[in-house]
Amino acid sequence: MIQFEHVNKWYKKYHALNDICGEVRRGEVLVVCGPSGSGKSTMIRTINKLEEIQSGTIRVQGEPINGDGVDINRLRAGIGFVFQQFNLFPHLSVKDNIALSPIKVGGMARREAYGLAAELLEKVGLGDKLDAMPANLSGGQQQRVAIARALAQKPPLILFDEPTSALDPEMVGEVLAVMKQLAAEGMTMVCVTHEMNFAREVADRIWFMDRGEILEDTTPAEFFSQPRHERARKFLADILH
Amino acid sequence: MIEFLHTYGLMFLVGSWPNGPVGGFAGTLVLAFLGLAGAFPAALLIGLARTSDIRVAKAVSTVWVYTFRSIPLIMIVFWAYFLLPVLIGTEVPPFSTALAAIIVYESAFLAEIIRAGLQSVPSGQMEAARAVGLGYFQALWSVQLPQALSNMIPSLLNQFVSTIKATSIVYIIGVQEAAFAAQQINSIELTAALRTYLVLALFYFLLCALLSRLAKALETHLRNKRLGLAA
Repeated sequence: MIQFEHVNKWYKKYHALNDICGEVRRGEVLVVCGPSGSGKSTMIRTINKLEEIQSGTIRVQGEPINGDGVDINRLRAGIGFVFQQFNLFPHLSVKDNIALSPIKVGGMARREAYGLAAELLEKVGLGDKLDAMPANLSGGQQQRVAIARALAQKPPLILFDEPTSALDPEMVGEVLAVMKQLAAEGMTMVCVTHEMNFAREVADRIWFMDRGEILEDTTPAEFFSQPRHERARKFLADILH
Repeated sequence: MIEFLHTYGLMFLVGSWPNGPVGGFAGTLVLAFLGLAGAFPAALLIGLARTSDIRVAKAVSTVWVYTFRSIPLIMIVFWAYFLLPVLIGTEVPPFSTALAAIIVYESAFLAEIIRAGLQSVPSGQMEAARAVGLGYFQALWSVQLPQALSNMIPSLLNQFVSTIKATSIVYIIGVQEAAFAAQQINSIELTAALRTYLVLALFYFLLCALLSRLAKALETHLRNKRLGLAA
């Protein structure tokens, strides 16, 4: 589904992504963890070209995405993206947030798009919030709407960039529950997250990143029981107390 | 005062019309409306160019803003009045000259308001819009601009009001509008300067106050809509 081949990115002199190589297979859940500033968010944002790379190749569904002549809007329409800060459109109702892409990008009729919105809201447990405005929702509810918005693109792949980091602790569970449900349905997912229990239970693979490099690319069982790298051991000790 | 208004009311309202072009309050309204209608879309483009990554667009728009923001309106009016006929080779009616000057001048100020408004929308909004597959202009139109414009309302209103008042300066090149009518009445009446300019001031005040109320109502409506309070 996604391949990284020797991907490098610099911010001025700072080497943000250092020779990233790796693969995410169809139906797989990849959890990316690591200390802050390790390049996790930068990495995930290169997959839908919110960040440009300077060298290497990224393939999504077999197609390289960095050359000339790549239709960036088509690429993005096929990838769901869930942000740390939700980024719902505050001037639009919940159903318009979800229906925007199906209508504007997918050319769907408004009625049909609202039907889809209702269906997806039901799925994330917010069937009664169709006409609500984002400002009237809690953080957890907003993030579930954001997931419904991503699902409305009917993507084969969803990227989650720290989806629970901006939430109050009591709201983390409801968002993770929706993510677990998607994983169980076979969605391909890349999740940058500090939720180690989610990683343990749901992930098929784990990447541990530090200073722009992937230091571990392994299974959760191995990562948690015998991390090979010193920095991974320290990270786990810090995060699991 | 009643008698004064009785005598000169029509002249205040429409100037020398129907024996000449529409002037007076009507002339000001037309000039202000056309000025804003011309300056706003121009400012939108200039403001967008100021925030864009295209270097030429950025450079040209920056020069435009810096130039016309730094010259008094009356200078631009004079330049338009004396230069435009030379450039085009034919006489330009005072009204068109004044309109062109106002559009050029106000577009520079409005563009800066629009630039600030666009930049006031958190970058995550544009990112989210692009991430769901919208193109740049779709994202701009559906996501960034609606939020930017509603944030801008107070500043835009300020500039609109200032534009309306700025139209009064063009009487100097003989454009028929409210200040010109007042000037004429004053030269007929000679002893009624205070009354004449009181009526003129009241007219500007009422027009601008009305516009302020409308903007306030719009602002409240948009805020309520965002909070889900609108009926």
